Amino acid sequence: MLLEFQVVSRNFGGVRALDEVSFRVEEGQIHGLIGPNGAGKTTLLNALSGLMPPSGGAVLLRGKPIQGLPPHRVAALGVARTFQNIRLFETMTCLENVLAGQHLVARRPLWPRLLMLPSHRREEALWREKAMAVLELVGLRERAEVPANSLSYGERRRLEIARALASEPRLLLLDEPVAGMRAESIAKVAEVARKLAAGGMTILLIEHNMNFVMGLCDRITVLNFGRTITTGLPKEVSCHPEVVEAYLGAEVCLA
Amino acid sequence: MDLITHLYAVYGSVLNFMGINALLALSLYVTLSSGLLSLGNAAFAGIGGYVAGILTTKLGAPYLVSLGAGTLAAGLAGMLLGLPVLRLRGVFLAMATLAFGEVVRIAALNLEITGGAMGLIGLPVKTNTWIIYLALAAAAYLVARMARSRLGWALTSIREDETAAAAMGVNLTLTKTIAFTLGAGLAGLAGALYAHLNFLITPGEFGFSVAVNLLMYNIVGGYRVWYGPLLGAALLTALPELLRALGVTAGPLRLGINGLILLLVILFLPKGLADLFHRRGDPATAPAQAAPAKG
Repeated sequence: MLLEFQVVSRNFGGVRALDEVSFRVEEGQIHGLIGPNGAGKTTLLNALSGLMPPSGGAVLLRGKPIQGLPPHRVAALGVARTFQNIRLFETMTCLENVLAGQHLVARRPLWPRLLMLPSHRREEALWREKAMAVLELVGLRERAEVPANSLSYGERRRLEIARALASEPRLLLLDEPVAGMRAESIAKVAEVARKLAAGGMTILLIEHNMNFVMGLCDRITVLNFGRTITTGLPKEVSCHPEVVEAYLGAEVCLA
Repeated sequence: MDLITHLYAVYGSVLNFMGINALLALSLYVTLSSGLLSLGNAAFAGIGGYVAGILTTKLGAPYLVSLGAGTLAAGLAGMLLGLPVLRLRGVFLAMATLAFGEVVRIAALNLEITGGAMGLIGLPVKTNTWIIYLALAAAAYLVARMARSRLGWALTSIREDETAAAAMGVNLTLTKTIAFTLGAGLAGLAGALYAHLNFLITPGEFGFSVAVNLLMYNIVGGYRVWYGPLLGAALLTALPELLRALGVTAGPLRLGINGLILLLVILFLPKGLADLFHRRGDPATAPAQAAPAKG
Protein backbone atom coordinates (compact mmCIF):
# COMPACT_ATOMS: atom_id res chain seq x y z
CA MET A 1 0.00 0.00 0.00
CA LEU A 2 1.34 3.38 -1.00
CA LEU A 3 -0.66 5.84 1.01
CA GLU A 4 -2.69 5.62 4.17
CA PHE A 5 -4.73 8.18 6.04
CA GLN A 6 -5.10 7.30 9.72
CA VAL A 7 -7.82 9.15 11.65
CA VAL A 8 -6.82 12.44 9.99
CA SER A 9 -8.59 15.49 11.42
CA ARG A 10 -8.47 19.16 10.64
CA ASN A 11 -10.22 21.95 12.50
CA PHE A 12 -10.88 25.46 11.27
CA GLY A 13 -11.83 27.26 14.45
CA GLY A 14 -14.89 25.41 15.64
CA VAL A 15 -15.51 23.71 12.29
CA ARG A 16 -14.32 20.15 11.95
CA ALA A 17 -13.45 19.99 8.24
CA LEU A 18 -11.89 16.55 8.52
CA ASP A 19 -13.14 14.20 11.20
CA GLU A 20 -11.01 11.10 11.67
CA VAL A 21 -10.68 10.26 8.01
CA SER A 22 -9.12 6.86 7.40
CA PHE A 23 -8.55 4.98 4.16
CA ARG A 24 -5.81 3.43 2.06
CA VAL A 25 -4.66 3.99 -1.48
CA GLU A 26 -3.03 1.04 -3.22
CA GLU A 27 -0.02 1.44 -5.48
CA GLY A 28 -0.76 1.76 -9.19
CA GLN A 29 -4.46 2.37 -8.69
CA ILE A 30 -6.65 5.29 -9.63
CA HIS A 31 -8.40 6.24 -6.44
CA GLY A 32 -11.37 8.59 -6.50
CA LEU A 33 -12.38 10.92 -3.71
CA ILE A 34 -15.96 12.10 -3.95
CA GLY A 35 -18.57 13.78 -1.81
CA PRO A 36 -20.75 16.88 -1.62
CA ASN A 37 -19.26 20.38 -1.60
CA GLY A 38 -17.67 21.14 1.74
CA ALA A 39 -17.13 17.46 2.53
CA GLY A 40 -13.42 18.11 3.08
CA LYS A 41 -11.97 16.62 -0.12
CA THR A 42 -9.64 19.50 -0.96
CA THR A 43 -8.74 19.91 2.72
CA LEU A 44 -7.62 16.29 2.69
CA LEU A 45 -5.41 16.85 -0.38
CA ASN A 46 -3.96 19.95 1.28
CA ALA A 47 -3.25 17.98 4.43
CA LEU A 48 -1.49 15.36 2.35
CA SER A 49 0.57 17.75 0.22
CA GLY A 50 1.67 19.83 3.21
CA LEU A 51 -0.13 23.06 2.33
CA MET A 52 -2.28 22.79 5.43
CA PRO A 53 -1.09 20.27 8.00
CA PRO A 54 -3.75 18.13 9.71
CA SER A 55 -4.66 18.94 13.32
CA GLY A 56 -4.61 15.28 14.22
CA GLY A 57 -3.98 11.81 12.87
CA ALA A 58 -1.30 10.53 10.54
CA VAL A 59 -0.65 10.45 6.81
CA LEU A 60 1.62 7.56 5.86
CA LEU A 61 3.46 7.38 2.57
CA ARG A 62 4.97 3.91 2.14
CA GLY A 63 4.52 3.49 5.88
CA LYS A 64 6.36 6.67 6.83
CA PRO A 65 4.52 9.58 8.45
CA ILE A 66 4.57 12.71 6.31
CA GLN A 67 1.98 14.88 8.04
CA GLY A 68 3.38 18.25 9.02
CA LEU A 69 6.17 18.22 6.44
CA PRO A 70 6.41 21.42 4.37
CA PRO A 71 5.07 21.14 0.78
CA HIS A 72 8.48 20.97 -0.89
CA ARG A 73 9.51 18.03 1.31
CA VAL A 74 6.33 16.15 0.45
CA ALA A 75 6.90 16.90 -3.23
CA ALA A 76 10.45 15.55 -2.93
CA LEU A 77 8.98 12.24 -1.78
CA GLY A 78 7.34 11.88 -5.18
CA VAL A 79 3.98 13.56 -4.66
CA ALA A 80 2.76 16.04 -7.28
CA ARG A 81 -0.56 17.82 -7.47
CA THR A 82 -2.87 20.12 -9.36
CA PHE A 83 -5.21 22.69 -7.87
CA GLN A 84 -8.96 23.11 -7.98
CA ASN A 85 -8.54 26.79 -8.91
CA ILE A 86 -5.83 26.19 -11.52
CA ARG A 87 -2.45 27.65 -10.51
CA LEU A 88 -0.31 28.05 -13.60
CA PHE A 89 2.73 30.24 -14.14
CA GLU A 90 0.64 32.61 -16.23
CA THR A 91 3.26 34.63 -18.08
CA MET A 92 5.29 31.58 -19.02
CA THR A 93 4.66 29.46 -22.09
CA CYS A 94 3.35 25.90 -21.82
CA LEU A 95 6.84 24.57 -22.38
CA GLU A 96 8.31 26.86 -19.72
CA ASN A 97 5.66 25.80 -17.24
CA VAL A 98 6.68 22.18 -17.71
CA LEU A 99 10.41 23.04 -17.64
CA ALA A 100 9.86 24.85 -14.34
CA GLY A 101 7.96 21.79 -13.12
CA GLN A 102 11.10 19.69 -13.55
CA HIS A 103 12.60 21.40 -10.51
CA LEU A 104 12.99 18.20 -8.50
CA VAL A 105 14.46 16.07 -11.26
CA ALA A 106 16.55 18.47 -13.35
CA ARG A 107 19.83 19.53 -11.72
CA ARG A 108 20.63 22.43 -14.07
CA PRO A 109 23.81 23.45 -12.23
CA LEU A 110 25.03 27.02 -12.51
CA TRP A 111 28.78 26.45 -13.02
CA PRO A 112 28.68 24.81 -16.46
CA ARG A 113 26.47 27.67 -17.55
CA LEU A 114 28.88 30.30 -16.31
CA LEU A 115 31.78 28.52 -18.01
CA MET A 116 29.67 27.82 -21.13
CA LEU A 117 30.58 24.14 -21.05
CA PRO A 118 28.89 22.04 -23.73
CA SER A 119 27.42 19.74 -21.08
CA HIS A 120 24.74 22.23 -20.13
CA ARG A 121 23.50 22.43 -23.73
CA ARG A 122 23.10 18.68 -23.82
CA GLU A 123 21.27 18.84 -20.50
CA GLU A 124 18.99 21.63 -21.73
CA ALA A 125 18.15 19.62 -24.85
CA LEU A 126 17.42 16.52 -22.78
CA TRP A 127 15.01 18.26 -20.42
CA ARG A 128 13.36 20.14 -23.23
CA GLU A 129 12.74 16.85 -24.98
CA LYS A 130 11.27 15.36 -21.80
CA ALA A 131 9.05 18.41 -21.38
CA MET A 132 7.82 18.09 -24.94
CA ALA A 133 7.03 14.42 -24.33
CA VAL A 134 4.88 15.37 -21.33
CA LEU A 135 3.10 18.04 -23.37
CA GLU A 136 2.51 15.45 -26.09
CA LEU A 137 0.99 13.11 -23.51
CA VAL A 138 -1.63 15.66 -22.47
CA GLY A 139 -2.17 16.80 -26.05
CA LEU A 140 -0.52 20.20 -25.83
CA ARG A 141 2.55 19.66 -27.98
CA GLU A 142 1.39 22.08 -30.65
CA ARG A 143 0.72 24.70 -27.99
CA ALA A 144 4.21 24.52 -26.46
CA GLU A 145 5.14 28.12 -27.27
CA VAL A 146 1.79 29.62 -26.27
CA PRO A 147 1.71 31.50 -22.96
CA ALA A 148 -0.37 29.82 -20.27
CA ASN A 149 -2.70 32.80 -19.89
CA SER A 150 -3.99 32.50 -23.43
CA LEU A 151 -4.97 28.85 -23.24
CA SER A 152 -8.56 27.67 -23.14
CA TYR A 153 -9.94 26.37 -19.87
CA GLY A 154 -9.57 22.71 -20.72
CA GLU A 155 -6.04 23.27 -21.99
CA ARG A 156 -5.15 25.05 -18.76
CA ARG A 157 -6.24 22.07 -16.71
CA ARG A 158 -4.24 19.73 -18.92
CA LEU A 159 -1.17 21.98 -18.72
CA GLU A 160 -1.35 21.88 -14.95
CA ILE A 161 -1.37 18.09 -15.11
CA ALA A 162 1.62 18.24 -17.45
CA ARG A 163 3.52 20.46 -15.03
CA ALA A 164 2.78 18.06 -12.19
CA LEU A 165 3.97 15.13 -14.30
CA ALA A 166 7.21 16.94 -15.11
CA SER A 167 8.54 16.13 -11.64
CA GLU A 168 8.08 12.40 -12.42
CA PRO A 169 5.94 11.71 -9.33
CA ARG A 170 4.95 8.31 -7.93
CA LEU A 171 1.72 9.72 -6.55
CA LEU A 172 -0.33 12.23 -8.52
CA LEU A 173 -3.06 14.26 -6.83
CA LEU A 174 -5.67 15.79 -9.12
CA ASP A 175 -8.19 18.25 -7.71
CA GLU A 176 -11.17 18.25 -10.09
CA PRO A 177 -9.15 17.53 -13.23
CA VAL A 178 -12.12 17.68 -15.60
CA ALA A 179 -14.31 20.32 -13.95
CA GLY A 180 -15.87 22.51 -16.62
CA MET A 181 -14.31 20.59 -19.48
CA ARG A 182 -15.89 19.51 -22.74
CA ALA A 183 -16.46 15.84 -23.50
CA GLU A 184 -13.43 15.38 -25.81
CA SER A 185 -11.13 16.92 -23.23
CA ILE A 186 -12.59 14.73 -20.49
CA ALA A 187 -11.95 11.64 -22.56
CA LYS A 188 -8.39 12.85 -23.14
CA VAL A 189 -7.74 13.29 -19.41
CA ALA A 190 -9.21 9.85 -18.66
CA GLU A 191 -6.97 8.33 -21.32
CA VAL A 192 -3.90 10.07 -19.83
CA ALA A 193 -4.79 8.88 -16.33
CA ARG A 194 -5.19 5.29 -17.51
CA LYS A 195 -1.87 5.43 -19.32
CA LEU A 196 -0.11 6.75 -16.21
CA ALA A 197 -1.69 4.17 -13.93
CA ALA A 198 -0.72 1.42 -16.38
CA GLY A 199 2.83 2.71 -16.07
CA GLY A 200 2.70 2.21 -12.30
CA MET A 201 1.76 5.69 -11.11
CA THR A 202 -0.79 6.03 -8.33
CA ILE A 203 -3.47 8.67 -8.79
CA LEU A 204 -5.72 10.16 -6.15
CA LEU A 205 -8.35 12.38 -7.69
CA ILE A 206 -11.25 14.54 -6.61
CA GLU A 207 -14.05 14.92 -9.13
CA HIS A 208 -17.74 15.65 -9.29
CA ASN A 209 -18.24 14.24 -12.78
CA MET A 210 -19.67 10.82 -11.91
CA ASN A 211 -19.34 9.28 -15.37
CA PHE A 212 -15.66 10.12 -15.28
CA VAL A 213 -15.13 8.88 -11.73
CA MET A 214 -17.15 5.66 -12.05
CA GLY A 215 -15.61 4.79 -15.40
CA LEU A 216 -12.02 5.51 -14.41
CA CYS A 217 -11.41 4.76 -10.75
CA ASP A 218 -10.36 1.41 -9.33
CA ARG A 219 -11.54 2.42 -5.89
CA ILE A 220 -13.53 5.29 -4.51
CA THR A 221 -13.70 6.92 -1.09
CA VAL A 222 -16.76 8.97 -0.20
CA LEU A 223 -16.54 11.85 2.26
CA ASN A 224 -19.41 13.72 3.87
CA PHE A 225 -19.10 16.42 6.53
CA GLY A 226 -15.44 15.52 6.94
CA ARG A 227 -16.13 11.85 7.63
CA THR A 228 -15.37 8.80 5.52
CA ILE A 229 -18.66 7.18 4.59
CA THR A 230 -17.15 4.28 2.71
CA THR A 231 -14.31 3.11 0.50
CA GLY A 232 -14.87 0.51 -2.17
CA LEU A 233 -15.26 -0.44 -5.81
CA PRO A 234 -17.27 2.01 -7.96
CA LYS A 235 -20.28 -0.30 -8.13
CA GLU A 236 -20.28 -0.88 -4.35
CA VAL A 237 -19.93 2.78 -3.58
CA SER A 238 -22.53 3.94 -6.06
CA CYS A 239 -25.23 1.80 -4.45
CA HIS A 240 -24.19 2.31 -0.85
CA PRO A 241 -27.32 3.59 0.91
CA GLU A 242 -25.55 6.39 2.80
CA VAL A 243 -23.79 7.55 -0.37
CA VAL A 244 -27.06 7.56 -2.27
CA GLU A 245 -28.60 9.52 0.57
CA ALA A 246 -25.81 12.05 1.03
CA TYR A 247 -24.60 12.66 -2.48
CA LEU A 248 -25.44 10.60 -5.51
CA GLY A 249 -29.14 9.87 -5.53
CA ALA A 250 -30.45 6.49 -6.65
CA GLU A 251 -29.95 6.77 -10.42
CA VAL A 252 -26.14 6.46 -10.40
CA CYS A 253 -26.16 2.96 -8.88
CA LEU A 254 -24.14 0.72 -11.21
CA ALA A 255 -25.17 -2.64 -9.78
CA MET B 1 40.88 60.18 -29.86
CA ASP B 2 40.96 63.74 -28.62
CA LEU B 3 37.21 63.91 -28.89
CA ILE B 4 36.80 60.80 -26.80
CA THR B 5 39.18 62.13 -24.17
CA HIS B 6 37.30 65.39 -24.13
CA LEU B 7 33.89 63.72 -23.86
CA TYR B 8 35.16 61.50 -21.07
CA ALA B 9 36.47 64.51 -19.19
CA VAL B 10 33.00 66.06 -19.37
CA TYR B 11 30.77 63.02 -19.07
CA GLY B 12 33.03 60.54 -17.30
CA SER B 13 31.31 60.99 -13.97
CA VAL B 14 27.88 60.48 -15.53
CA LEU B 15 29.20 57.30 -17.10
CA ASN B 16 30.45 56.14 -13.70
CA PHE B 17 27.12 56.85 -12.06
CA MET B 18 25.29 55.05 -14.84
CA GLY B 19 27.41 51.96 -14.19
CA ILE B 20 26.98 52.04 -10.42
CA ASN B 21 23.25 52.69 -10.65
CA ALA B 22 22.94 49.87 -13.17
CA LEU B 23 24.68 47.53 -10.73
CA LEU B 24 22.35 48.67 -7.95
CA ALA B 25 19.32 48.22 -10.19
CA LEU B 26 20.55 44.72 -11.05
CA SER B 27 20.85 43.92 -7.35
CA LEU B 28 17.20 44.82 -6.87
CA TYR B 29 16.30 42.84 -10.00
CA VAL B 30 17.64 39.67 -8.39
CA THR B 31 15.39 40.26 -5.39
CA LEU B 32 12.41 41.18 -7.55
CA SER B 33 12.85 38.14 -9.79
CA SER B 34 11.55 35.98 -6.96
CA GLY B 35 8.63 38.34 -6.42
CA LEU B 36 10.12 40.02 -3.34
CA LEU B 37 9.60 43.77 -3.19
CA SER B 38 12.56 45.11 -1.24
CA LEU B 39 13.30 48.73 -0.42
CA GLY B 40 16.40 47.72 1.48
CA ASN B 41 18.93 47.59 -1.33
CA ALA B 42 20.06 51.19 -0.87
CA ALA B 43 20.84 50.33 2.75
CA PHE B 44 22.76 47.22 1.68
CA ALA B 45 24.77 49.45 -0.64
CA GLY B 46 25.39 51.68 2.37
CA ILE B 47 26.59 48.74 4.42
CA GLY B 48 28.91 47.69 1.60
CA GLY B 49 30.15 51.23 1.15
CA TYR B 50 30.82 51.91 4.82
CA VAL B 51 32.43 48.54 5.51
CA ALA B 52 34.70 48.91 2.50
CA GLY B 53 35.43 52.54 3.31
CA ILE B 54 36.24 51.85 6.96
CA LEU B 55 38.53 49.01 5.97
CA THR B 56 40.55 51.14 3.54
CA THR B 57 40.71 54.28 5.66
CA LYS B 58 41.00 52.92 9.18
CA LEU B 59 42.73 49.58 8.61
CA GLY B 60 44.58 50.34 5.42
CA ALA B 61 43.15 47.32 3.63
CA PRO B 62 43.85 47.00 -0.09
CA TYR B 63 41.10 48.25 -2.41
CA LEU B 64 40.11 44.85 -3.80
CA VAL B 65 39.95 43.32 -0.32
CA SER B 66 37.66 46.14 0.74
CA LEU B 67 35.41 45.56 -2.26
CA GLY B 68 35.15 41.87 -1.37
CA ALA B 69 34.52 42.61 2.29
CA GLY B 70 31.84 45.18 1.48
CA THR B 71 30.09 42.67 -0.79
CA LEU B 72 30.22 39.92 1.80
CA ALA B 73 29.15 42.16 4.67
CA ALA B 74 26.11 43.36 2.76
CA GLY B 75 25.28 39.79 1.69
CA LEU B 76 25.52 38.63 5.29
CA ALA B 77 23.31 41.52 6.43
CA GLY B 78 20.84 40.51 3.72
CA MET B 79 20.79 36.95 4.92
CA LEU B 80 20.31 37.96 8.55
CA LEU B 81 17.54 40.39 7.67
CA GLY B 82 16.00 37.87 5.30
CA LEU B 83 15.53 35.15 7.89
CA PRO B 84 12.89 37.04 9.88
CA VAL B 85 11.34 39.28 7.21
CA LEU B 86 11.03 36.93 4.24
CA ARG B 87 7.88 35.40 5.64
CA LEU B 88 6.24 38.76 4.95
CA ARG B 89 4.65 39.30 1.58
CA GLY B 90 4.21 42.19 -0.82
CA VAL B 91 3.82 45.57 0.76
CA PHE B 92 4.62 44.28 4.26
CA LEU B 93 8.03 43.11 3.15
CA ALA B 94 8.54 46.48 1.46
CA MET B 95 7.73 48.23 4.74
CA ALA B 96 10.04 46.01 6.79
CA THR B 97 12.94 46.57 4.40
CA LEU B 98 12.18 50.28 4.31
CA ALA B 99 12.40 50.38 8.10
CA PHE B 100 15.68 48.47 7.92
CA GLY B 101 16.98 51.09 5.49
CA GLU B 102 16.16 53.85 7.95
CA VAL B 103 17.87 51.94 10.77
CA VAL B 104 21.03 51.68 8.69
CA ARG B 105 20.93 55.34 7.68
CA ILE B 106 20.35 56.55 11.23
CA ALA B 107 23.05 54.23 12.55
CA ALA B 108 25.52 55.66 10.03
CA LEU B 109 24.42 59.13 11.07
CA ASN B 110 25.14 58.52 14.76
CA LEU B 111 28.02 56.09 14.95
CA GLU B 112 31.51 57.41 15.43
CA ILE B 113 33.20 54.90 13.18
CA THR B 114 31.09 55.98 10.19
CA GLY B 115 31.91 59.62 10.72
CA GLY B 116 28.35 60.64 11.61
CA ALA B 117 26.57 63.27 9.59
CA MET B 118 29.85 64.54 8.17
CA GLY B 119 30.34 61.19 6.53
CA LEU B 120 33.35 59.02 6.10
CA ILE B 121 36.10 61.19 4.68
CA GLY B 122 39.52 60.73 3.18
CA LEU B 123 38.65 57.70 1.09
CA PRO B 124 41.24 56.84 -1.55
CA VAL B 125 39.86 57.35 -5.04
CA LYS B 126 40.50 53.94 -6.56
CA THR B 127 37.33 53.16 -8.45
CA ASN B 128 37.41 54.05 -12.12
CA THR B 129 35.16 53.54 -15.10
CA TRP B 130 36.85 50.30 -16.14
CA ILE B 131 36.44 48.68 -12.77
CA ILE B 132 32.81 49.73 -12.52
CA TYR B 133 31.93 48.31 -15.91
CA LEU B 134 33.96 45.17 -15.33
CA ALA B 135 32.02 44.55 -12.12
CA LEU B 136 28.75 45.34 -13.89
CA ALA B 137 29.54 42.99 -16.76
CA ALA B 138 30.46 40.18 -14.39
CA ALA B 139 27.31 40.68 -12.32
CA ALA B 140 25.09 40.91 -15.40
CA TYR B 141 26.67 37.76 -16.82
CA LEU B 142 26.05 35.90 -13.58
CA VAL B 143 22.44 37.03 -13.39
CA ALA B 144 21.77 36.30 -17.07
CA ARG B 145 23.27 32.81 -16.85
CA MET B 146 21.39 32.11 -13.66
CA ALA B 147 18.01 32.54 -15.33
CA ARG B 148 17.80 29.04 -16.77
CA SER B 149 19.65 27.29 -13.96
CA ARG B 150 17.75 25.37 -11.32
CA LEU B 151 17.85 28.41 -9.04
CA GLY B 152 16.63 30.71 -11.80
CA TRP B 153 13.61 28.54 -12.60
CA ALA B 154 12.82 28.29 -8.89
CA LEU B 155 12.95 32.08 -8.50
CA THR B 156 10.65 32.66 -11.46
CA SER B 157 8.26 29.97 -10.24
CA ILE B 158 8.01 31.66 -6.85
CA ARG B 159 7.37 35.01 -8.50
CA GLU B 160 4.59 33.52 -10.62
CA ASP B 161 2.86 31.42 -7.96
CA GLU B 162 4.35 30.65 -4.59
CA THR B 163 1.93 27.88 -3.65
CA ALA B 164 2.33 26.06 -6.93
CA ALA B 165 6.11 26.43 -6.70
CA ALA B 166 6.16 24.90 -3.22
CA ALA B 167 3.91 22.05 -4.32
CA MET B 168 6.31 21.15 -7.12
CA GLY B 169 9.24 20.99 -4.73
CA VAL B 170 10.71 24.49 -4.49
CA ASN B 171 12.03 25.25 -1.02
CA LEU B 172 10.53 28.71 -0.58
CA THR B 173 12.53 29.88 2.44
CA LEU B 174 15.86 28.74 1.04
CA THR B 175 15.29 30.09 -2.46
CA LYS B 176 14.03 33.46 -1.26
CA THR B 177 16.90 33.80 1.18
CA ILE B 178 19.39 33.10 -1.60
CA ALA B 179 17.77 35.75 -3.82
CA PHE B 180 17.72 38.27 -1.00
CA THR B 181 21.33 37.54 -0.03
CA LEU B 182 22.60 37.68 -3.59
CA GLY B 183 20.74 40.96 -4.20
CA ALA B 184 22.15 42.43 -1.00
CA GLY B 185 25.67 41.32 -1.93
CA LEU B 186 25.49 42.94 -5.36
CA ALA B 187 24.16 46.13 -3.76
CA GLY B 188 27.08 45.98 -1.30
CA LEU B 189 29.54 45.69 -4.18
CA ALA B 190 27.99 48.73 -5.85
CA GLY B 191 28.22 50.61 -2.55
CA ALA B 192 31.85 49.62 -2.07
CA LEU B 193 32.70 50.79 -5.58
CA TYR B 194 30.83 54.02 -4.98
CA ALA B 195 32.65 54.66 -1.71
CA HIS B 196 35.97 54.77 -3.53
CA LEU B 197 34.73 56.97 -6.34
CA ASN B 198 34.92 60.23 -4.38
CA PHE B 199 36.67 61.31 -1.23
CA LEU B 200 33.71 60.79 1.04
CA ILE B 201 30.40 59.05 1.59
CA THR B 202 27.55 60.36 3.71
CA PRO B 203 24.52 58.57 5.20
CA GLY B 204 22.09 60.51 3.00
CA GLU B 205 23.51 58.91 -0.13
CA PHE B 206 22.00 55.55 0.81
CA GLY B 207 18.59 56.79 1.92
CA PHE B 208 14.97 56.22 0.97
CA SER B 209 15.06 58.19 -2.26
CA VAL B 210 17.84 55.95 -3.60
CA ALA B 211 15.78 52.87 -2.73
CA VAL B 212 12.86 54.29 -4.67
CA ASN B 213 15.12 55.18 -7.60
CA LEU B 214 16.26 51.58 -7.83
CA LEU B 215 12.66 50.49 -8.04
CA MET B 216 12.05 53.07 -10.77
CA TYR B 217 15.00 51.79 -12.81
CA ASN B 218 13.48 48.32 -12.69
CA ILE B 219 9.99 49.44 -13.59
CA VAL B 220 11.09 51.71 -16.43
CA GLY B 221 13.61 49.22 -17.78
CA GLY B 222 11.54 46.14 -17.04
CA TYR B 223 12.19 43.46 -14.45
CA ARG B 224 11.43 40.37 -16.50
CA VAL B 225 14.84 40.13 -18.16
CA TRP B 226 18.27 40.90 -16.77
CA TYR B 227 19.06 43.83 -19.07
CA GLY B 228 15.84 45.68 -18.20
CA PRO B 229 17.19 47.27 -15.00
CA LEU B 230 20.41 48.20 -16.83
CA LEU B 231 18.43 50.06 -19.48
CA GLY B 232 16.31 51.79 -16.87
CA ALA B 233 19.30 52.84 -14.78
CA ALA B 234 21.26 54.05 -17.80
CA LEU B 235 18.38 56.09 -19.16
CA LEU B 236 17.24 57.69 -15.91
CA THR B 237 20.80 58.45 -14.78
CA ALA B 238 21.72 60.03 -18.09
CA LEU B 239 18.42 61.87 -18.34
CA PRO B 240 19.45 65.03 -16.44
CA GLU B 241 22.43 65.43 -18.78
CA LEU B 242 20.29 64.78 -21.83
CA LEU B 243 17.79 67.35 -20.61
CA ARG B 244 20.55 69.86 -19.93
CA ALA B 245 21.58 69.48 -23.56
CA LEU B 246 18.00 70.31 -24.47
CA GLY B 247 18.11 73.37 -22.28
CA VAL B 248 16.16 72.08 -19.29
CA THR B 249 18.12 72.78 -16.14
CA ALA B 250 17.62 71.39 -12.68
CA GLY B 251 14.33 72.04 -11.01
CA PRO B 252 10.80 70.77 -10.73
CA LEU B 253 10.52 70.34 -14.49
CA ARG B 254 13.20 67.64 -14.49
CA LEU B 255 11.47 65.65 -11.75
CA GLY B 256 8.26 66.10 -13.68
CA ILE B 257 9.83 64.57 -16.77
CA ASN B 258 11.09 61.64 -14.69
CA GLY B 259 7.55 61.10 -13.46
CA LEU B 260 6.13 61.42 -16.96
CA ILE B 261 8.50 58.76 -18.29
CA LEU B 262 7.51 56.43 -15.46
CA LEU B 263 3.85 57.02 -16.19
CA LEU B 264 4.21 56.45 -19.94
CA VAL B 265 6.16 53.25 -19.41
CA ILE B 266 3.59 51.87 -16.97
CA LEU B 267 0.78 52.73 -19.35
CA PHE B 268 2.25 51.64 -22.66
CA LEU B 269 5.12 49.28 -21.84
CA PRO B 270 4.09 47.44 -18.67
CA LYS B 271 7.02 45.08 -19.14
CA GLY B 272 9.42 48.02 -19.38
CA LEU B 273 11.77 49.28 -22.06
CA ALA B 274 13.36 45.85 -22.31
CA ASP B 275 10.12 44.68 -23.90
CA LEU B 276 11.00 46.70 -27.02
CA PHE B 277 14.01 44.44 -27.53
CA HIS B 278 12.60 41.29 -26.05
CA ARG B 279 9.31 41.24 -27.91
CA ARG B 280 10.38 39.58 -31.13
CA GLY B 281 12.13 36.62 -29.58
CA ASP B 282 9.78 36.15 -26.69
CA PRO B 283 6.96 33.70 -27.22
CA ALA B 284 5.11 35.17 -24.26
CA THR B 285 4.28 38.25 -26.31
CA ALA B 286 4.51 36.81 -29.83
CA PRO B 287 1.42 36.61 -32.08
CA ALA B 288 0.85 33.04 -30.91
CA GLN B 289 -1.79 34.60 -28.67
CA ALA B 290 -3.99 34.97 -31.72
CA ALA B 291 -4.08 31.22 -32.30
CA PRO B 292 -7.59 29.83 -31.80
CA ALA B 293 -8.33 28.37 -28.42
CA LYS B 294 -9.68 24.88 -28.23
CA GLY B 295 -10.27 22.60 -25.40
